[in-house]
Amino acid sequence: MNIKAKILDQEALLRIITRMSHEIIEKNKGPENLIIMGLRTRGEYLATRLRDKILSIENVDVPLGILDVTLYRDDFRTRLKQPEVSVSNITFDITDKNIVLVDDVLYTGRTIRSALCAIMDFGRPATIKLCCLVDRGHRQLPIKADIIGKNIPTSINEEVRVKLLEHDGEDAVYLVEV
Amino acid sequence: MQLKTKHLLGLENVSSSDIQSILDTAVSFKQVLERPIKKVPTLQGKTVVNLFYENSTRTRISFELAEKRLSADSVNFSVSGSSVSKGETFKDTVRNIEAMKVDMIVVRHGSAGVPQYLTKISDSVVINAGDGIHEHPTQALLDMYSIREKLGKLEGLKVCIVGDIAHSRVALSNIFGLQAMGAEVSVCGPATLIPRNIGDLGVKVIHNIDEAIQENDVLNILRIQLERKARAAFPSTREYHKYYGITKERMEKNKKDVLLLHPGPINRGVEISSEMADGEHQIILEQVTNGVAVRMAILYLLGTRQGEDN
Repeated sequence: MNIKAKILDQEALLRIITRMSHEIIEKNKGPENLIIMGLRTRGEYLATRLRDKILSIENVDVPLGILDVTLYRDDFRTRLKQPEVSVSNITFDITDKNIVLVDDVLYTGRTIRSALCAIMDFGRPATIKLCCLVDRGHRQLPIKADIIGKNIPTSINEEVRVKLLEHDGEDAVYLVEV
Repeated sequence: MQLKTKHLLGLENVSSSDIQSILDTAVSFKQVLERPIKKVPTLQGKTVVNLFYENSTRTRISFELAEKRLSADSVNFSVSGSSVSKGETFKDTVRNIEAMKVDMIVVRHGSAGVPQYLTKISDSVVINAGDGIHEHPTQALLDMYSIREKLGKLEGLKVCIVGDIAHSRVALSNIFGLQAMGAEVSVCGPATLIPRNIGDLGVKVIHNIDEAIQENDVLNILRIQLERKARAAFPSTREYHKYYGITKERMEKNKKDVLLLHPGPINRGVEISSEMADGEHQIILEQVTNGVAVRMAILYLLGTRQGEDN
């Protein structure tokens, strides 16, 4: 693995998170009936930050859910390593709520497909919107994000690595070649 | 995370890290059971055969629900109503079932060692649901899960298995599993129901039930297996109840904060009084609930296990 470029530094990342928070509120016409749901692992930290930002902008504490989609994956037969199952943390009813699903990198769309199936097993939300920090293209399913932090065109043999302070000790986005 | 073991035949040779993985994974599945839709698509396309040569209510329904909630296709086989009564051998029965393309076999049999034998004559992943008086690993795992959920840990706990140790596969699996996880295991019962060399397993033998209550954090009370001729080991069930039965008076006389487990089915008024079987110390029905989550974890971990030998 070699790093080809640092695409976002901490300052740029924080600005994007601020903008995405505003976009979430704008698209939902306010913070009412809203749920922020982060996908493990890094989506969880992004979701927490978006929730905190919305609290400081609108003074409303939006419910935060954490979703683990391991059991819904479609690649059990083809992967070499068995994925580790973790726990979802959704302590409230999601029926008739507007969910904003948060993930770090949008790529094939398969994780999001799993997440949509998982959410439906918890209840029947009114709407689900997708919010991703980076869209790197190469979709394999008809899925698109409603709110995007940054579009990064990539080739197939490149990867986008999102680093977050809470998990990786720094805030940055890198383009790497694998 | 990935289990080292390919089959679950018993807990004797299962590593503590494998046990840890199963118990940790079961936490996620317990959560699935608390949702409005208690089903995940994880084992879609896998076929599981429940091969039951012995009667069972809990274990069989528990496995069946666990399989269905993982979206596996499951088939039940029981001896009555099968071609076993026409004289078909065990090996032929298994070969024929396997010819219908199955992935996993959950087996219960009256003879010890059948699951082990099954791994030699079949390519399926084998899970032992009780073999004779040998082992019943999934029961021990759900017992351990229930204790850990209630008391927060297993390491350093004192657990006493009470009753018919000699005829119990639950006892042996619990001893192996709990010891691997760092618990201190003792057994309590009349001398006629305690195997002579049980001390070789590093298990303390207690013959006085009051002592067992005082000294332990958990009592796992076993059923007196009347169908396995345990009846010959003591004069009457009334006498057994008098000396070894868990009653309210006995609990109050000793210390109160001991956790009571029972793998079921209960003989009310023999190993435990009806009052205690429904009382505040016991977690008998929680064990049953946890059983589904633990079996889902085992089916998931073994059913999606990757490796050159799978």
